[in-house]
Amino acid sequence: MAKAHVYKRDHINTDEIIPARYLNTDNVAELATHCMEDLDTGFIKKCKPGDCIVAGDDFGCGSSREHAVWALQGAKVGAVIANNFARIFYRNCINCGFYPIELTDATSKIKDGDEVEIDYKKGVITNKTQKKEITFKPLPDFAIEIINDGGLLEHIKKGTAD
Amino acid sequence: MGMTITEKILAASAGKKNVEPGDLIDAKIDCIMCHDVTTPAAISMLKEKGIDKVFDNKKIVVTPDHFQPAKDIKSAELHKRLDDWARAKKIKNYYPLGKAGVCHALLPEQGHIKPGEVIIGGDSHTCTYGAFAAFSTGIGSTDLAAAIATGTLWFRVPSSIKFVLNGKLSKGVYSKDVILDVIAKIGTDGALYKAMEFVGPALKSMSMEARMTITNMAIEAGGKNGIIGFDDVTKKYLDEHLKDKKAYKVYESDADAKYEQTIEINCSKLEPMVAFPHLPSGGKEIGDCKGLAMNQAYIGSCTNGRIEDLRIVAKIMKGKTVKIRTIIVPATPVIWKQAMDEKLFDIFYAAGCVVSAPTCGACLGGFMGILAAGEKCISTTNRNFVGRMGSPKSEVYLASPATAAASAIEGKLVDCRKYL
Repeated sequence: MAKAHVYKRDHINTDEIIPARYLNTDNVAELATHCMEDLDTGFIKKCKPGDCIVAGDDFGCGSSREHAVWALQGAKVGAVIANNFARIFYRNCINCGFYPIELTDATSKIKDGDEVEIDYKKGVITNKTQKKEITFKPLPDFAIEIINDGGLLEHIKKGTAD
Repeated sequence: MGMTITEKILAASAGKKNVEPGDLIDAKIDCIMCHDVTTPAAISMLKEKGIDKVFDNKKIVVTPDHFQPAKDIKSAELHKRLDDWARAKKIKNYYPLGKAGVCHALLPEQGHIKPGEVIIGGDSHTCTYGAFAAFSTGIGSTDLAAAIATGTLWFRVPSSIKFVLNGKLSKGVYSKDVILDVIAKIGTDGALYKAMEFVGPALKSMSMEARMTITNMAIEAGGKNGIIGFDDVTKKYLDEHLKDKKAYKVYESDADAKYEQTIEINCSKLEPMVAFPHLPSGGKEIGDCKGLAMNQAYIGSCTNGRIEDLRIVAKIMKGKTVKIRTIIVPATPVIWKQAMDEKLFDIFYAAGCVVSAPTCGACLGGFMGILAAGEKCISTTNRNFVGRMGSPKSEVYLASPATAAASAIEGKLVDCRKYL
């Protein structure tokens, strides 16, 4: 069961997700140990595999560093649910096979510690704690295709092989 | 229906006559910028996937800049991976240490940016090159890998916001103040997924350097790209810098092009601005923030480390001494040499500043100029997020080189106009 870690904040940026001082490596395991460090030093300890992050507007604004997505993936975060995302971060998520879920008023629909289950294809979040179903607009088909192929490079490889 | 300049460039890159906002296109890439943070990962990905090729070794420009010169073993290893790859793939435009510079200052200076082209880079401030009537945008390592291998990348055509820069900048007010004012007005997501097109009479008196400062910060408003049309100022710069002067195509927005919004700025009324922590949208007029004590001044980066910026700083610092730690970073070796030849370093030395080799260094809290907890820095960079230049408990204040220089002299935020 996935737990929601809610940050009632807009503009959570790439420097907070993975501080630039750690960009001298692209080792995912190493990046993961610093995931969300400048926002919440306790995040890594409390995040269990599959848990999700919930936040407000403009999640992932700032740098193009894909390291932000790798840090989240390395920390075994299942998905990020936010009102909306910064463009480069959103694109990086899809390219890495990681789900960015756009949900209006996300932080009022999901409370910190809520147990949630996400059906990415149908666009349904089941909030087990609040016994509610929340719908969201699933990713566009081409993005789902990239994610299902295991990321953009596998997708391209498949295209070349075909 | 007419098209905007962004739509026209993207349509041409996809071999289409027309595109509309929201359309998904496959763009042919004309130039790829590669640096030491995001490219080594892209190279490894390509190797891992067994698609280890380069679509065109003449269309890729490589320069280590973020942790250059290498600050530690890990950075050195990133540089080695970049270096080995650039040499193995016979990348024609490779700028290693000695030639290396802050990428977004280096590429235009070395004549790699042309109007009408589609330029991408593994860095969010790749939008800088839009100052040259080109479409340019930042991407992550996976997109970078895909583009390096295939020379194409998909894009969703953005809708455009038109910013009309009316009037004329008054003394002591610079293009940095314009963009800080724009971001303060619309917010850091005010142009999310959108093209930011800048037009208007105030641009006429702005150099290409000044224009690059504006497009550089389009990403700080969430923009996909920033773009400025071609004019005599653009042509003159290109004539001086391009190796192949005629090989570009100029696109212009149609009179009946559709904009999602038009925002007018009266540049004559703008004041020097300072963006307070922790967002670039925290802009305040200098009159509202004078007197706040600083611990450090940082003058450099892809936003404001150009020769024009250093000349302004020298003008203000001549015969003065700084009260706080002041770090000056010419963005490229050419700018460094120019500043030395023009004796600007003598002024900086006498004022008590330190001048470094070209590097992104402290701008992103990498090295050389890191802030301790509780410290405040007045900086000409583009971002003032939490922990951006060091301790998460430090604070970064963004401003023009003039404001940073004047504030360095007094050790607190001051109006630069008293020194001009």
